[in-house]
Amino acid sequence: MLKRTLLYDAHVKLGAKMVEFGGFEMPVQYTSILEEHRWVRSKAGLFDVSHMGEIEVTGPRALEFVSYITANDPARLDVFQVQYSAFLTEKGTFVDDILVYRLPDRFLLVVNASNTDKDFEWVKSHQFKDGVEVKNLSSDYGELALQGPVAEKVLQRITDIDLSKMGYYWAGFGKVLGKDALISRTGYTGEDGFEIYLPPSEVEEVFWKLLDMEEVKPAGLGARDTLRLEMGYCLYGNDIDETTNALEAGLKWIVGFHKPDFIGKKALLEIKEKGITRKRVGFETERRGAVPRHGQKILDADGNEIGHVTSGTFSPSLRKGIGMGYVKKEFARRGTEINIEIRNRAEKAVIVRMPFYKEGTVKK
Amino acid sequence: MLIPEGLKYTKEHEWIQVDGEVGIVGITDYAQNELSDIVFVELPEVGQKVAKGERVATLEAVKTVADVYSPVTGEVIEVNERLADEPDLINRDPYGDGWIVKIKIKNLDELNDLLSAEEYEKLVEEEEA
Repeated sequence: MLKRTLLYDAHVKLGAKMVEFGGFEMPVQYTSILEEHRWVRSKAGLFDVSHMGEIEVTGPRALEFVSYITANDPARLDVFQVQYSAFLTEKGTFVDDILVYRLPDRFLLVVNASNTDKDFEWVKSHQFKDGVEVKNLSSDYGELALQGPVAEKVLQRITDIDLSKMGYYWAGFGKVLGKDALISRTGYTGEDGFEIYLPPSEVEEVFWKLLDMEEVKPAGLGARDTLRLEMGYCLYGNDIDETTNALEAGLKWIVGFHKPDFIGKKALLEIKEKGITRKRVGFETERRGAVPRHGQKILDADGNEIGHVTSGTFSPSLRKGIGMGYVKKEFARRGTEINIEIRNRAEKAVIVRMPFYKEGTVKK
Repeated sequence: MLIPEGLKYTKEHEWIQVDGEVGIVGITDYAQNELSDIVFVELPEVGQKVAKGERVATLEAVKTVADVYSPVTGEVIEVNERLADEPDLINRDPYGDGWIVKIKIKNLDELNDLLSAEEYEKLVEEEEA
């Protein structure tokens, strides 16, 4: 049985096409992926991301515990700062990629919808005997993402938090339409924008209020995927999973090797020592009609298999095929010419630096 | 969803409009809506021979790719060149400016196997259910 977010009726009312994603029935598009994509890049798009999971960690040893179960270093966070991180297996591969919020008295770990139950069980299985409490608060939050160059201007109309003072990957408590909310300057699109956590009862009112504004249009998972892919952001289940380690995924920057201990550290140190054998890369296809897709083979110039595509799409901004995948390390250098096997044809492609789209308004 | 009378349809969601021994072929409104956002159309060469049920064109949408199968056996005598620059014509006007190829039909009897508008509507309703 598929789950529905609180906004299911609203999506249907807006004429959304609904699809299964992460165990939820979610809107893939309201009008057109291309239109929604362009609207986010030029104005502001509103996404229902209530399917995301939230795990709360409290107690006197909360920091120590979060440090042990995540790859990145939460001790580097000030209160109200946010960090991209991951849960890793003992092998250094991904249980999930997550956001870590350091709040005044607790940590909030925001996880992928499809992994919420798995993650919660996994976190509990590593829980210290004392000093830490862990709760799955996924049903206690609704979440909206407002993304686009005018997101700050628009959201400021209905919140008392001074958004102009909120930096990238920072958060704050405040009122949205008079109701308590947690807002962070985060997102998955490459544009400036915010993620807004609300009590379930308030989500729909805020959703409609934002859509009342002429600069705001709803955007679905289809656009969310093309937007994140243009930025080279990973999607769990495609680009990273329990078979890919953090180093070959190119996510060494979220691995706190200086920490005394964390799950996966031993394996990653060994991999670091020996060197990786394959690497996540981004590529663009040469022919406009050659659109790479998840699962296709990557070949060298002579037709030998050297890897596979993990995500691919037509890029609405670049107007060509773009993709990510893993290739043998010796083919990972920028400028390397490769081929993607698309419907039994070898299509020329070249390895490029990510992000593919370089004009994003995201505040760094 | 538009299903005009007077056209013949396939189970794979193509339509054909027959005039004498020439058939104009495209995909249905239902199909374009399912695909959404067509960004590239790979067209056949004029003069190419196609068998009934054989791939005659390929449509790349943002999220997926789909083949277009010829409803009849025959020869491609014209392709819609406008689709090269405006692939979304198929989304905007699937039964008009978004036509894909014209085929000189070899055997008009093959048309008897195709679906009427009413039969096609029933098929779509079943797929939707």
